[in-house]
Amino acid sequence: MLINVPETVVADALRGIAAAHPELTVDVENRLVVRRDAPVEGRVALVSGGGSGHEPLHSGFVGPGMLAAACPGEVFTSPVPDQMVRAAAAVDSGRGVLFVVKNYTGDVLNFDMAAELAEDEGIQVAKVLVDDDVAVRDSLYTAGRRGTGATLFVEKIAGAAAEEGAPLERVEAIGRQVNASSRSFGVALSSVTTPAKGGPSFDLPAGELELGIGIHGEPGRERRPMMTSGELADLAVDAVLEDLPPGGPVLVLVNGMGATPLLELYGFTAEVHRVLGERGVPVARTLTGNYVTSLDMAGCSVTLCRADEELLRLWDAPVSTPALRWGR
Amino acid sequence: MGRAGVHPGAAVGAVSAVVLDTDAFRRWMAAAAAAVEREAGHLTELDAAIGDADHGANLRRGFTAVAAELEKGAADSPGAVLTLAGRQLISTVGGASGPLYGTLLRRTGKALGDAGEVGPGQLAEALGAGVAAVGQLGGAKVGDKTMLDALEPAVAALARAADGPGAYAAAAEAAARGAAETVPMRARKGRASYLGERSEGHQDPGATSAALLLAALAEAAGEADQGEGRRG
Repeated sequence: MLINVPETVVADALRGIAAAHPELTVDVENRLVVRRDAPVEGRVALVSGGGSGHEPLHSGFVGPGMLAAACPGEVFTSPVPDQMVRAAAAVDSGRGVLFVVKNYTGDVLNFDMAAELAEDEGIQVAKVLVDDDVAVRDSLYTAGRRGTGATLFVEKIAGAAAEEGAPLERVEAIGRQVNASSRSFGVALSSVTTPAKGGPSFDLPAGELELGIGIHGEPGRERRPMMTSGELADLAVDAVLEDLPPGGPVLVLVNGMGATPLLELYGFTAEVHRVLGERGVPVARTLTGNYVTSLDMAGCSVTLCRADEELLRLWDAPVSTPALRWGR
Repeated sequence: MGRAGVHPGAAVGAVSAVVLDTDAFRRWMAAAAAAVEREAGHLTELDAAIGDADHGANLRRGFTAVAAELEKGAADSPGAVLTLAGRQLISTVGGASGPLYGTLLRRTGKALGDAGEVGPGQLAEALGAGVAAVGQLGGAKVGDKTMLDALEPAVAALARAADGPGAYAAAAEAAARGAAETVPMRARKGRASYLGERSEGHQDPGATSAALLLAALAEAAGEADQGEGRRG
């Protein structure tokens, strides 16, 4: 592992983000990455955060058109309420703050506590919970669906609405619409190594893959012998479509988990398009790359989002962050 | 200060329950920090099986901060010690265990009010309030394979044994037993719940750390050797 010591990986990475991105304000001690021009007059501000290890999520999505601030926690551990309250205070222009929260028990509890504390300080806070992972089935008996790839769609699209000057209720409603219109399914070809543990967090023999994995090295629900990219696309796209609300064209995210080469991800993207074509689902936009990762895990996830014209327009709107940058 | 922190309470009958003062509560938190330090690797191993392999590291970070804060000396009652410890955990741990353990200690501390000395009966009542708050925050109940499976039986045991000696040891023992009983359970809350039936056959890391907290209480009360079934 390319680290100094496990205890400083998050702080070390934050110092690196500061070095590489002078357009961001990085507070290493308090673990915050903030848009340099925050608070932006007359604009709602998006704040997100979560455990580290999913880079570029969330710090790489800070900038005009997306997040106003990100709060990185320890590796695979949600940040603490103090970080979110500090972030909210740094970016609030008086028009309110939207917390984008992935649905994991820790993230939900800490953001809830932070929302209460921020409101005590006079900051208006709304919250969008992201829970797009179809691999978690019996939600009644679990912590509910996990937030994975759709987080990128929510942060980009709601962020664009905020940049245009939409009020908090509208930005929140768009965020919720994006989440409700999105579903994901993930596959691991290898386990994941956390710096603290130094070894694989579950045991996955070569020649097997794990279906329905999350992004924290939590094992999935089913193990199968290795299959081809095309077979895997059939399986993943069908799992997503089975649960995706009906509607028009889709945004497609083919997301790498960290250790799968782009060559393979693009090959998989072609297969995903083939399956969608066979199922009669038109594709509006496609994004391929490592965006919501799981440290050194090999594998990928597919996220589809039914996008109406308004969502598509907001998706195409300019964005300027370390990891997503287009338009202007 | 300076006097022994643990002493028999107002004598009722021949043998009476142990009453704890502020120093004893400080020792409880220090013992918890030491236990978490000692068992961090074990907790992380349990967490790797059904979670994400960080429970030991997270609690160690939190209780180290608690110990450092208490050394500054601000807390001057049993309730204040626990409230301060709870706030530190919320500010330093993250994950689910930060808010859950933080709420447990903070609510227990608040329920103790400004009492200068606390016996098992009063602690059982306060801890019961803390445990109820944890259940409310996390939405879990006994049998869901969480820390509640150790905490609830511990509170009940503490209340049952409140009138005599050995109450804290009984609570620690009940917590350890409760933690062991999570092995066959299927997780319904937290990250382990994603595994469905594959969560069966593993001891819950949260219930295990909760048992450590109760064992630290027995240790601080001078009853460490009276319980059985604790991890050696």
